[in-house]
Amino acid sequence: MENKIEISDLKVFYGDVQALNGISLNVYPNEILGIIGPAQSGKTTLLKVINRTLEFNQDISVEGTVKLDGEDINSISDVYGLRRRIGMVLPLPVGLPLSIYDNVAFAPRTAGLRNKAEIDEIVERCLQQAALWDEVKDRLDSLGTKLSGGQQQRLTIARALSHQPEVLCLDEFSIAVDPITTMRIEDVLKTLKNDMTILLVTNLVQQAKRLANRTAFMLNGDLIEIDETDVIFSDNPTQQSTYDYVNGNFG
Amino acid sequence: MNTETDVSAQTMFTETVIGRQNRYIENVVKIFFLFMTCLMILPLLLIIGYLLYKALPVLSFDFLFTNPKDNMRAGGIWAPFLGTIYLVVVSLLVAAPIGVFASVYLNEYARDNWFTRIVNLAVVNLAGVPSIVHALFGVGAFVLFSGMGESILAASLTLAIMTLPVIIASTTEALKAVPMSFREACWNMGATRWQTIRRIVLPNSISGILTGVILQVSRAAGETAPIMFTGAVFFKPIAEGNFLAYNIFDQCMALSLHLYTISTQVPDVAEGIPYATAIVLVGSVLLVNAASIILRVYLRTRKRW
Repeated sequence: MENKIEISDLKVFYGDVQALNGISLNVYPNEILGIIGPAQSGKTTLLKVINRTLEFNQDISVEGTVKLDGEDINSISDVYGLRRRIGMVLPLPVGLPLSIYDNVAFAPRTAGLRNKAEIDEIVERCLQQAALWDEVKDRLDSLGTKLSGGQQQRLTIARALSHQPEVLCLDEFSIAVDPITTMRIEDVLKTLKNDMTILLVTNLVQQAKRLANRTAFMLNGDLIEIDETDVIFSDNPTQQSTYDYVNGNFG
Repeated sequence: MNTETDVSAQTMFTETVIGRQNRYIENVVKIFFLFMTCLMILPLLLIIGYLLYKALPVLSFDFLFTNPKDNMRAGGIWAPFLGTIYLVVVSLLVAAPIGVFASVYLNEYARDNWFTRIVNLAVVNLAGVPSIVHALFGVGAFVLFSGMGESILAASLTLAIMTLPVIIASTTEALKAVPMSFREACWNMGATRWQTIRRIVLPNSISGILTGVILQVSRAAGETAPIMFTGAVFFKPIAEGNFLAYNIFDQCMALSLHLYTISTQVPDVAEGIPYATAIVLVGSVLLVNAASIILRVYLRTRKRW
């Protein structure tokens, strides 16, 4: 099986501080890869390397390679196209100060799509996929910033889906979302993985257990262990620290 | 038991000495601050009241639209009034685009490196340069070196350089008020910086940017030093009532300089004329400020987050 993403010996430095200490892992197509680990373990940094938004930070240096479909992401000249191939959902919900419709239509339009009917179709499909359509279909022209926190997070997910990504990165998406909505989004993710590969960074280890096909455990910039979710959450993963973290003994 | 309960109840609900003192001090302090606030607005009210009182006999529509006459001892202020409008408009046409676009670059594109640090340092220091120094620079750079001579253009460019740092500072403030998370959300969707600026940043900062730019009008209108060597003259009559009476390569009169001239250089000016001139100058400035406040209030009602 061809790997969707191949990361080899990835090191990231913020100035003098090393955030990732040489990480190697492969992501399979159409899997949900859960990434768990306590704060400061480098999970978010890993995602930002993949869609090359880490480049907006000052004083960072990246070593090692990240390949998407076998192509080194640093050799891709169209970085904006690369970012559209990857959907990114950040921890805190962000409704852009545009109408709900324009929020979702933003990415297709920046990519050059002008056909109103096609944009309409994308907006409806993405809002449906993000489990938001029924709540907002009658007020698509009201402001995205005026939605509730949970609705804004689903709007963020709809936006991430609007550029038809091949990889969907979710960075602790459920922080600002109530449990019921979280369950609805989780159901959506199970369907979405038929169409795309999903990287799920989460602080809720149970969420990884519920959703992920495989789970990676990171700690202080190191990849401690990556394996089938069943193995990680079993009584005998390879590493003792994995067992301790998953069972709440630390972290 | 009974007496004990009574005592504790008394200590709870009777005001202690410290409590009374605190309440007293609180009132004194509040009144003191209120007094200072009144003291602050008092000069403005007195100035305008006094000016109006002295100017009323002279103020009229004709005063605004006739040239000064009899060696500036009579007549109106048409030539200086139009001159000030020309100076302000031309200087804004130059300073606003440069200041706003430079500020967009510094905020949205530039990384924190030696170049941007030097630029920011230059902006801060430019804001602190006294206006008479700007005037000398204007004489050297525009009047003499660039060969513009003493003209509206040279004076306006001098004013423009003087107002640039404040326009940059207010634009920067307006841009920074747009949350970083909006930009990150756009970048994550593959938007370029320009797409992000055009669709998200500028539409949501334009009110602050315009307010800053408009407020610069009032600053430029009142300045005397930068224009008196670069383009403004004591006396130059123009066609009355014609808003195109000046050419930007002409010299012009200006309200601020005219006020100085008739107050100190010309003997036996009718008493009301300097006051009426001052009222027109202050009134124009306040009118522009009011416009910017109205604009800001209007745009704030459309605030999108």
